[in-house]
Amino acid sequence: MRTGTVYTETMIHLAAEAFASEAPFQTAIVSFEGGGRVTGRILGDRVAIGDRVAEVELRDGVPFFRKTE
Amino acid sequence: MRPVAVIGAGKTPFGAFPDLDLRSLAVQAGERCLANGHVTPAQIESFYLGNFAGPAFVGQNHLAPYVSMALGIKGVPATRVEAACASSGSAFFHAWTEVAAGVYDLVMVVGVEKMTSQTTARTTEILASAGDLTGEIRAGSTFPSLFAMIARRHMHDFGTKREHLAAVAVKNHAAGALNPDAHMRKVITVEQALAGKPVADPLNLYDCSLISDGAAAVILAPLERAAEFTDKPVRVLGIGQASDYVALDQKEDITTFPAVRRAGETAYRMAKAGPDDIEFAELHDCFTIAEIIASEDLGFVKRGCGGPYAMEGHTSLKGSRPVNASGGLKSKGHPVGATGVAQIYDLVQQIRCEAGPRQLARHSLALAQNLGGSGATCVVSILGAA
Repeated sequence: MRTGTVYTETMIHLAAEAFASEAPFQTAIVSFEGGGRVTGRILGDRVAIGDRVAEVELRDGVPFFRKTE
Repeated sequence: MRPVAVIGAGKTPFGAFPDLDLRSLAVQAGERCLANGHVTPAQIESFYLGNFAGPAFVGQNHLAPYVSMALGIKGVPATRVEAACASSGSAFFHAWTEVAAGVYDLVMVVGVEKMTSQTTARTTEILASAGDLTGEIRAGSTFPSLFAMIARRHMHDFGTKREHLAAVAVKNHAAGALNPDAHMRKVITVEQALAGKPVADPLNLYDCSLISDGAAAVILAPLERAAEFTDKPVRVLGIGQASDYVALDQKEDITTFPAVRRAGETAYRMAKAGPDDIEFAELHDCFTIAEIIASEDLGFVKRGCGGPYAMEGHTSLKGSRPVNASGGLKSKGHPVGATGVAQIYDLVQQIRCEAGPRQLARHSLALAQNLGGSGATCVVSILGAA
């Protein structure tokens, strides 16, 4: 399970056609402990810059994260 | 390299035009440009078309000869350039290289986009294809959301506030209200700008540029021949294009655009000018935060200080260095493939002293910055009176 820190985030209210039914949802760029960054989705509690998150699942190649503390 | 001048410029109004298709818009701008430069179609030796997503928006491909032949520009090289929202800025750059290198004398550049025939959700999806579809876009990112993440980090690192973003929107709407060709000629208040419908936090509707139809065109020629066509040639004093990662998450620091800095440095060096020499500018305000960061990356203000700089009025019509006197992408409109050439048109109009009620007092040296995607392409041009 990969863990990291939220580098930046946003809550999307107006989504593209393919995601419209899921809005609003939060996306974030997460910096991994071992280096590297990825854009993923946030599940559960809303996160802010600096929050620690853990990857909880991978759906169609998209990592989903959840706040760990 | 030969000195190069803009000898003709023309554009359509920007807006939603259900009765005008992509080709009609491009032809209208092209014909106005030919008339403005006293050039006949047969004199054009090479043709560039800047267009981002004609194939997705209207289903038509092979767009450069599709437009040039309709303009009566027959048989010459006709090339489409795609670089997301910097498509026609890049087309302008490549047209400039042909004239500067002495390959051709008269080269025309048209930028066009027809966007309003699609729903907002579909348009959002088409625009998102300028991002990385294998990563950020698959996760649900939209362009507003990418710039929202940029804004969030800029706020975190430098203390930029929502009020700073709103100040950019208010300023650009105030200027655009004076532009007869602008898409949304509406003055807005700070309160309105702060209370817009949320799009992607912290950005709301008033932080986002408009979805527009429109086209713009210019003709370039060697400076030594400019007098054959116009008594008001405008010189291209410096120009630079640069690139960077398409995916935002690949960038080390998302609060600055390396491609903007690099393109700016190239243009400044060529023009033998610095940021302090620039009297006014058109900066790519696809989102309010983008104008703030561009003003920093181009050296108009210190890193991190672009928000207060805008709020203090330095970039308003009456400020020390007006930014987006046309109304910018925010109010003038943003038919993405037309924007780069439209910025050049706006500089030309000011430098020629033909900008009407929004004419600036100082108008002899100006800069245009055209950004593609979340910073993967940037073109910076510096123009001046010949």
